Amino acid sequence: MAEYAGPPRISLGPIGWLRKNLFSTWYNALLTFLSLWILYVVLGGTLRWALTEADWRVITANLRLFMVGPYPPDQVWRPALCVVIVSLLMGLSWGLWGGAMRQFAVALAAAFAVLALLPFPLPVRLWLLGNLVVLAAGYGIGQRVSPRWGVIGWVASFPLILLIVAGIGGVLPPISTQRWGGLLLTFILTIVGIGASFPVGVLLALGRRSALPAIRLFSIAFIEVVRGVPLVTVLFMGSLMLPLFLPEDVRVDQVVRAMVSITLFSAAYTAENVRGGLQAIPEGQIEAAKALGLNGFQTLLLIVLPQALRNVIPAIVGQFISLFKDTSLVSIIGLLDLVLIGKSVLANPDFLGLQREVYVFLALVYFVFSYAMSYASRRLEVALGVGER
Amino acid sequence: MERSIGTIPIAQPQRIPFWRDVRVLRVLAQVAFVLTVVIIVGLLYANLTQAMARRGMSTSFDFLKLEAGFAIKESVIPYDPSESYGKAFLVGVLNTLRVSLLGVILATLLGIIAGVARLSTNWLVNKIAAAYIEIFRNTPLLVQLFFWYFAVIQKFPPVRESIQLPGPIYLHQRGITIPALHPTPAFRLWAIGFAAGLVIGLVVYRILLVQQLETGRERHPGLVGFGLFVVLFGLGVLLSGGRPFTVETPVLQRFNFKGGSNLSPEFSALLIGLVVYTGAFIAEVVRAGILSVRKGQVEAARALGFSNMQALRLIIFPQALRVIIPPLTSQYLNLAKNSSLAVAVAYPDLYFIGGVIYNHQPGRPVPIIVLIMGTYLAMSLTTAILMNLYNRRIAFVER
Repeated sequence: MAEYAGPPRISLGPIGWLRKNLFSTWYNALLTFLSLWILYVVLGGTLRWALTEADWRVITANLRLFMVGPYPPDQVWRPALCVVIVSLLMGLSWGLWGGAMRQFAVALAAAFAVLALLPFPLPVRLWLLGNLVVLAAGYGIGQRVSPRWGVIGWVASFPLILLIVAGIGGVLPPISTQRWGGLLLTFILTIVGIGASFPVGVLLALGRRSALPAIRLFSIAFIEVVRGVPLVTVLFMGSLMLPLFLPEDVRVDQVVRAMVSITLFSAAYTAENVRGGLQAIPEGQIEAAKALGLNGFQTLLLIVLPQALRNVIPAIVGQFISLFKDTSLVSIIGLLDLVLIGKSVLANPDFLGLQREVYVFLALVYFVFSYAMSYASRRLEVALGVGER
Repeated sequence: MERSIGTIPIAQPQRIPFWRDVRVLRVLAQVAFVLTVVIIVGLLYANLTQAMARRGMSTSFDFLKLEAGFAIKESVIPYDPSESYGKAFLVGVLNTLRVSLLGVILATLLGIIAGVARLSTNWLVNKIAAAYIEIFRNTPLLVQLFFWYFAVIQKFPPVRESIQLPGPIYLHQRGITIPALHPTPAFRLWAIGFAAGLVIGLVVYRILLVQQLETGRERHPGLVGFGLFVVLFGLGVLLSGGRPFTVETPVLQRFNFKGGSNLSPEFSALLIGLVVYTGAFIAEVVRAGILSVRKGQVEAARALGFSNMQALRLIIFPQALRVIIPPLTSQYLNLAKNSSLAVAVAYPDLYFIGGVIYNHQPGRPVPIIVLIMGTYLAMSLTTAILMNLYNRRIAFVER
């Protein structure tokens, strides 16, 4: 009988791991020590500052301002209701689809639970716990209904949230856009920007690939001009020139001007991403669709766009993340978004010299949402099998 | 009506009605589209001229010759308030170019380092690079700029208690003071020797390399080319008989630094912000480029007897570059466009100066916006054309 050597040991143990990953060669060991020193200086310094020196009362005392800005305090329940709607939809999506949605719902629930432990006033803590309950209820519903309701719910939530925040005559007192601010305004600009720029971007991409020269040239000119200038100049132009372009009796307020500028700007970038997806569709797909008797619109809607858009999900989500970050530029033209609220808090004599605390907090808020979006896009890629078929 | 060929009757093809004729429809669709655009633009234009006439606004550019009357904190060229708006705007354009060019160079270096570190087999180095990339990619540049300007540079100690870094580089409230380089009379000969050596060495290297590839005989192109460079550069150095630069190190006096050159707090914050932000994006571009080269390519190069350096220089790098150049171009353009956020820290770039001019001439929004946007557009298109030319040269030739 021949003797067989067993398979080589795969598990290395902690010392083996260290040797393999940190000290494989002499220069790797050197790099490891250098990295440890950098970590000690940067991370250690930051932690020491955050836990001992920093004065976080500037954040806790102004939390409502950071969240909703000058929104009337007695109406704050309306944005709060919007959060409850989102919690319900997250729970519903968890029940319907599982997978990445489960992770998101659990992360959201954990965030609510942790926040509820912090010393907020009682109504806030009840609201946080209420969100938990609604999320669980959404999960229960999601296991019983068809996935169609999830899609309908998310699509319907966009106008619903806008209506709740803006108000409807007779039912909810209307609140002018001048009172929108903070994270609320940042979110609304993002939602409107994504919702409006996506269809415009797809149309521009189709226009750029159109066989009709007039439409193609128009699309190319629009896309290239907008991509060639910075967003601040577009916002500047929107806030100065949009009123001049419209008839005298039509007044457009600052927030809507910013929405138009952001939408047009983002649409040009979305168009280029979608064009990449369109170019990747083999001609054979279109010929096959024609052979099956589909007309032009059917080919576009049922064959070309679904494949093209699936291929460019990462790029489009990346564009949405930039849009979310870029909404911070509206503070330059004087809208009270999260960043300008931060600046105005710092102008308050009670909180002089606390720039580090405020800007670190702002960066953290933006980071959490941007990172969540990019994580979601990576999971969605895997779920849809981008690059595998 | 029927005709017949021989005995077989064939149907006369029906004329397609014009409303179903694709050729007619295409023309009609375009005419309709152009008409719609023209009508909308016409309406907007009519509104614009009316509104401008009502408010006494003007579209003319002749105000550019008027006296500006405002001071600009920093400028590459000499400027004083008695000069024209046009000159002031030029100062802004040059300031934008200054921060963009420096930013592109430094961000590329930082991006390459971080991108390679992100691929390191050393776990700790890899994770530190990942943390850097994720943190700076996922927060807005504007917040980062505010942080660098208000929370870092403005919190530096006063000049007399400056933080000293090796170099010597001094960090203090009034910015960053670095040693200055002043060219000496010998500099010209150094430069001529260097340039001549570089050009002649490269040309000879190319010629010998082509000969070697065509004839198969060893011509030592690298050795000869480098030798020529050393000889010519050495000749320049010997003839000049001196150092090319004098280094002027800053010395702290009672209230300020003597010598050295000072980077203003605004410029420093903008440069640091742009470099750190864009570097994180470039790192991802570099990483994707290196990962795009298949492992088999390296293995094949090894099998053919290439050394490590040769494989890197002749096999991996050219292929990675093809993937890297297009997204790198758009990152450079993004950096140039993002430099418009200089307005947040009051660095006098072209957008900031444009805003100042608008405050002085509020009746002329149209020419000012056209000027600002046109300048950015010209910068973007020039860069895009140059990079596209370069890209075409290195692009994959399908055989």
